[in-house]
Amino acid sequence: MITAAAQERENYLNASHGLKSWFLTKDHKRIGLLYLATITLFFFIGGAFATLIRVELLTPQGNLVSSETYNKLFTMHGVMMIFFFLIPSIPAVLGNFFLPIMIGARDLAFPKLNLLSWYLLVVGGMFSLYAMLAGGVDTGWTFYTPYSTTYSNGYVIATALGIFIAGFSSILTGLNFIVTIHRMRAPGMTWFRMPLFVWAHYATSLIQVLGTPVLAVTIVLLFLERVFHLGIFDPARGGDPVLFQHLFWFYSHPAVYIMVLPAMGVVSEVISTFSRKAIFGYGFVAFSSVSIAVLGFLVWGHHLFVSGQSLFAGMVFSFLSYFVAIPSAIKVFNWTATLYKGSISFQTPMLYALGFIGLFTMGGLTGLFVAALGIDMHVTDTYFVVAHFHYIMVGGAIMGYMSGLHYWWPKMTGRMYPEAWARLSALVIFLGFNLTFFPQFILGYLGMPRRYHLYPPEFQVLNVLSTAGASVLAVGYLMPMIYFIWSLRYGKVAPVNPWGATGLEWKTSSPPPVHNFDETPVVTHDAYDYASLMAEEVEVG
Amino acid sequence: MSDPQENTHIDSVGTYVKILLALLVATGVTTAVARVDLGGFSVVVALGIASAKMVLVALFFMHIRHSTKLTRLVVLGGLLWLAILLLLTMTDFASRGILGVPGK
Repeated sequence: MITAAAQERENYLNASHGLKSWFLTKDHKRIGLLYLATITLFFFIGGAFATLIRVELLTPQGNLVSSETYNKLFTMHGVMMIFFFLIPSIPAVLGNFFLPIMIGARDLAFPKLNLLSWYLLVVGGMFSLYAMLAGGVDTGWTFYTPYSTTYSNGYVIATALGIFIAGFSSILTGLNFIVTIHRMRAPGMTWFRMPLFVWAHYATSLIQVLGTPVLAVTIVLLFLERVFHLGIFDPARGGDPVLFQHLFWFYSHPAVYIMVLPAMGVVSEVISTFSRKAIFGYGFVAFSSVSIAVLGFLVWGHHLFVSGQSLFAGMVFSFLSYFVAIPSAIKVFNWTATLYKGSISFQTPMLYALGFIGLFTMGGLTGLFVAALGIDMHVTDTYFVVAHFHYIMVGGAIMGYMSGLHYWWPKMTGRMYPEAWARLSALVIFLGFNLTFFPQFILGYLGMPRRYHLYPPEFQVLNVLSTAGASVLAVGYLMPMIYFIWSLRYGKVAPVNPWGATGLEWKTSSPPPVHNFDETPVVTHDAYDYASLMAEEVEVG
Repeated sequence: MSDPQENTHIDSVGTYVKILLALLVATGVTTAVARVDLGGFSVVVALGIASAKMVLVALFFMHIRHSTKLTRLVVLGGLLWLAILLLLTMTDFASRGILGVPGK
């Protein structure tokens, strides 16, 4: 599988061989590939659960699986996709691989911790998967009390323990990134010369380090109540079930930004590269990432509007929620302004990035709907909310992930993917995604609740449309899986800089050498200095 | 990579033993106080002792008192986030029913 280009020159892929050289590697690039394989597996497992859900919802009678099995299916889908695919996706794969290279470092600050992070994700993922398949969990991925502590008969604690373990993977990755960015930048790589992908990962890492421990504490409290019957969430013992939701969403709302901020970082790189322009308002885009990370911690109560939270708190959280729209809008407007008078080319990464902007905007705007107390009363726990968060998590985070994967694939593997197939996949995914989730906005607005496998017959047409869309989406996701593997053997050899991009990762060979650069780079230009690059091209003729 | 200021200053073994003893005594006090009914103050006293123990561990065992400003900033950041968690959670628990809406 090693490429011809790789054989010509020593690189991280051919420098050593054998399973041991992979499973004990401390090279951030190899660890990035280990993460890629792992989360791809988890993605397809989570996708299989989603397929069963959508097939069940083809008919209103609920005649494929029992309601108990259906409850387990949506729980397993949510747990696998959120904790074991989306949270690690861009940071652990693309961040791991490219963050050190983009700042001119030889590796992350703590290579052994980096490898440990991967093992923790694998152990956590396998543990949760086994628990869910062996005993099943029917609480939903949110594990709400008192159902999870008192009534559910499933393997709640075992599943949550897997998430607890994987949480430490996330914390260690965030810690590694923060220290690396502070301490290992190349000479001349000042904070305001850093690529926006790195800024986005800095903000993401802050959330991982500050938020994830609270999830760990919450899982421990769940364990203490379920096993030892301590009165933390049970009102009969002096507890409060709403406290669980406060603690859970203190992590889980910012977790949405763990998923989407790195995608925003990818989009900043791609929009700039394929417009041949510096990002409009670099400083604003950089600080908007940090603002989203901070403000994201102040809004969790909007998940609790109908959960018994006080009306006063609901008003406070509703008010604060609108502030997140400001830095999000700054990004969208600045990307759009970057396109203005740019020399735009519609290569595959750009198609995915443009798809991200459209879908994220829809997800964000519907987020404003559900942040309003009055509208949220109507649409809470309906398919409107399901559509909203899939527009953010799939339409946003996964589109960004796919964009980044295509953008950097030549650098990672030394091979080009087939461009025509890749463009087709971007189109199929965009259409399939909208066909799957747009009908769900209407279903939710009309009152179809989430998490039921039975529904009134008048909702069938929209559900059939959604399931048809899911089939298209599945084809769209399988296509890159096939042509990426194909490209490893048959793809054209990738040049050092196939997109004509700025950035240190495009100055080293494809694939990069073990220590990323033959000599430590010295940075003399701002990020995205396309004006100078194009002036040089004109001079050379 | 490492900051010499951060790593060279290590307290004496005697200091560590004193801190360990202080932590053990505080644990004993926590246990003893738990057996006395102080009403609503039971939680206040228990959390007060726990906070004091946390400060000792952070200052001595985690070497915060000899650390750089950046490390102290990180610690303050952690405490600030804990404050956000507590404060915004209390906007719910401390305000239930104050607007006079039934059930809210």
